[in-house]
Amino acid sequence: MLELASNAVVTGLLLGGIYAVASLGLTIAFGLLQVPNVAHPTFVVLGAYCAYFGNLVGLDPVLAGALFAPAFYAAGMLFYEAYFICFERRGRGDTLQSFTFFFGVALVLEVVLILAVGVDLRSVGAGYIGKSLTLGAVTMPYRLIIPFVIGSTVGAGMWAFLTRTHTGLAIRAVAHDDRALRIVALDPARIKRHAFGIAMMTAAFAGAALIVLNPVDPFIGGEYIGRTFAIVVLAGMGSVPGTLVAGAIIGLMESLVVTFVGASWAPGVSFTVLLATLAVRPSGIFGIAR
Amino acid sequence: MSSWRFGFGALAVVAAGAALPHLVSNSYVFYAGFITLQYVIVATAWNILGGYAGYVNFGAGAFVGLGIYSAVFLFKAIAAPLWLQVLGAAAAGGLLGLGMGYLTLRIQGVFFSIATLALTIVLNTIVVNWSFIGGARGATVLAPAPVWFPSIVSYVFFATLVLAVITVAVARWIERSWVWRGLAALRANEQAAECCGTPTLKLKLFAATVSGALIATAGAPYPYYASYVEPGSAFGLTIALNALAMPLIGGTRSWIGPVIGALLLSSIEQAATVTIPTEVNLLIVGLVLIGFVVAAPDGLLGLFARRQNQGARA
Amino acid sequence: MSEPVLSVRGVRKRFDTLIAVADVDLDVGRGEKLGIIGPNGSGKTTLINCITGVLRPERGRIIFEGVDVSRMPTYRRARAGIARSFQIPRPFVGMSVVENLLVPLDYVESKEEGVARAHAILASVGLQSRAGDPAESLSHLELRKLELARALAAAPRLLIADEVMAGLSEPEIDEMLDILFELNALGVTIIMIEHIMHAITRFSERLVCMETGRIIANGKPQDVARDPEVRRVYFGK
Repeated sequence: MLELASNAVVTGLLLGGIYAVASLGLTIAFGLLQVPNVAHPTFVVLGAYCAYFGNLVGLDPVLAGALFAPAFYAAGMLFYEAYFICFERRGRGDTLQSFTFFFGVALVLEVVLILAVGVDLRSVGAGYIGKSLTLGAVTMPYRLIIPFVIGSTVGAGMWAFLTRTHTGLAIRAVAHDDRALRIVALDPARIKRHAFGIAMMTAAFAGAALIVLNPVDPFIGGEYIGRTFAIVVLAGMGSVPGTLVAGAIIGLMESLVVTFVGASWAPGVSFTVLLATLAVRPSGIFGIAR
Repeated sequence: MSSWRFGFGALAVVAAGAALPHLVSNSYVFYAGFITLQYVIVATAWNILGGYAGYVNFGAGAFVGLGIYSAVFLFKAIAAPLWLQVLGAAAAGGLLGLGMGYLTLRIQGVFFSIATLALTIVLNTIVVNWSFIGGARGATVLAPAPVWFPSIVSYVFFATLVLAVITVAVARWIERSWVWRGLAALRANEQAAECCGTPTLKLKLFAATVSGALIATAGAPYPYYASYVEPGSAFGLTIALNALAMPLIGGTRSWIGPVIGALLLSSIEQAATVTIPTEVNLLIVGLVLIGFVVAAPDGLLGLFARRQNQGARA
Repeated sequence: MSEPVLSVRGVRKRFDTLIAVADVDLDVGRGEKLGIIGPNGSGKTTLINCITGVLRPERGRIIFEGVDVSRMPTYRRARAGIARSFQIPRPFVGMSVVENLLVPLDYVESKEEGVARAHAILASVGLQSRAGDPAESLSHLELRKLELARALAAAPRLLIADEVMAGLSEPEIDEMLDILFELNALGVTIIMIEHIMHAITRFSERLVCMETGRIIANGKPQDVARDPEVRRVYFGK
């Protein structure tokens, strides 16, 4: 029983790592930039497929993810530019339209994936997949450990970037008040563009982590939509450390539910957490209470 | 269109719907008609919260599924007749809309939309785990058609027609009342609306409840229509997408928009299903939706109005 | 001396660590023309937001016409007679100019009377020719007039005019002041927040100066203008 529990806990925490990295892009895009990018999980799936194709030609999936990262960065900037031109510049703060835009993009991307690669599950092969690390009563498959490591590294890197570099500080500042930025002669639109590029870049890494963890099909994005948004809200909008903590919490709760209640109940966990957060403390763990 | 003319038109439509089963024997008309009418209901009801108030509900599929399974539940539990199933669906949908609204609309509208994103998966999970209403295996619902109707599907068609007329009437009533103005004001600028005396929270919750209830009623006749219900088909992405696309393409500012959008999209999709695979269908709808959102945010109605250069309605 | 139409008692509003309004007491007499000045960030708009109910202070009470409205939601306070216009105009886009005015009127009059009254108010601010036009199509001055007209629609007894003249030319400022003087002559109490000194000193019977959440001067416009504390705040030592 204790063994079961401790394995569940460890699995949950490790899962939290990948949930967190899948949510990091949303923390930046939605939490900091107020862009409701519901298409982000679908981009993570796209990242997973990129890692898959890299793996087909012999690359380690994680390496493949890293190689695709710059492309995702550029795509992110283009994507933000399109959004900016269509919506923000015209002064239409209408959430209905921008939400629908991203929803449409998510759907189109998912269908393109279905048409391009089919609905079968795809997985990657690597030396460490299939092996596990055992410490005492706890067995940790490497396909869980590696994504966790990716997640923590990207998360830590993101945190360092946002707190220690000029661009990072500018991004956090623009989230607060972009008029102030204009006074210091920085262009908020340019900064937001880079921020969105970075957010999209995390999808490349998250995708690689995703496909290492489990085989992937185009529909997996739907599972992650609820999770990622629940994590971003639980974290406190725009908080990177909060994202890591919230990811761990959700991962843990899902793992415990799967182990002790039943796997078919797991999808309900993140939604319940989301509602509970909104009901009790909408500003999230690390957010500022208003 | 004055209220008298609308009422007369509505009665005429209902009467035609009652007569149709005795005039037409090709059941395909009723199958296709049911789907189209279901879309009319979902689009018009969705627009009450989405178009009038500006709050996006991504979970229309969940509300329809809730309606479907409320009907199944009532049928299996107390052999309820269709009208009672509809009431049950409306109650469930209304409660869900109210509950979600109460939790999220007091904070920020964005959170409402986010919560609805996950709704479909959650309700799917609940249904899958509940064997009384069929679970993953599915549920069979067989009932004889009432006396007037030669087939169950023509009965379902008529029931859905009545529901569609009711939904459009509700949307039209809202639109001609101070409620629409209050919703439009809070959609434009909530704080300013409050400072003008608009009870924004009450209006938001009202819209969420009514919208949820009506969307759910669209699902209630489905078990009779299909005889067999399982979670995969009940909670579909197509409905969620169409619930957004139809009002946005038709025009969100009036009840006429969603109806136009529903009639248009439904006929195109049904015609297309024969020739192109579902995925391509979804792709095209998605692209058209993006196109409209970017280039014609007020939908077809808006394009038409711009061309006519209409002024105010006061 | 009759009872003040508005009493602010010991109001304090905090944002995280910043105290935006610090224990402010303020009385406004019936029919008075009160001006509030102060540098940006001094708490003027926060105070207004507390009065109208957009923000809830941690401490203190707001009493309007003898009734404690501190717990009332904003829309009830609006219906009770407190109206405000916003610094940056917030027209209801997607509706026509006259429809904008119908929104507050919905809660006061029947539809037909509302439409008549709306047109009358538009005429009093000079917007009657734009009645049927979409709100988005208005010029800057027209938007400010719409903002004011909408605030006046439901016949408020207290009007809070938050920087209504920002960005206007001299003749446009005079036009706005005329509208406000006329309004006051009809019995409406007006609180004006402005940075345009000559306008607010010309308009106000009494002037209040705020700095970092506190009232530092309160008296006749000429006296307040000469107050050393006020001069320090605006011109430095």
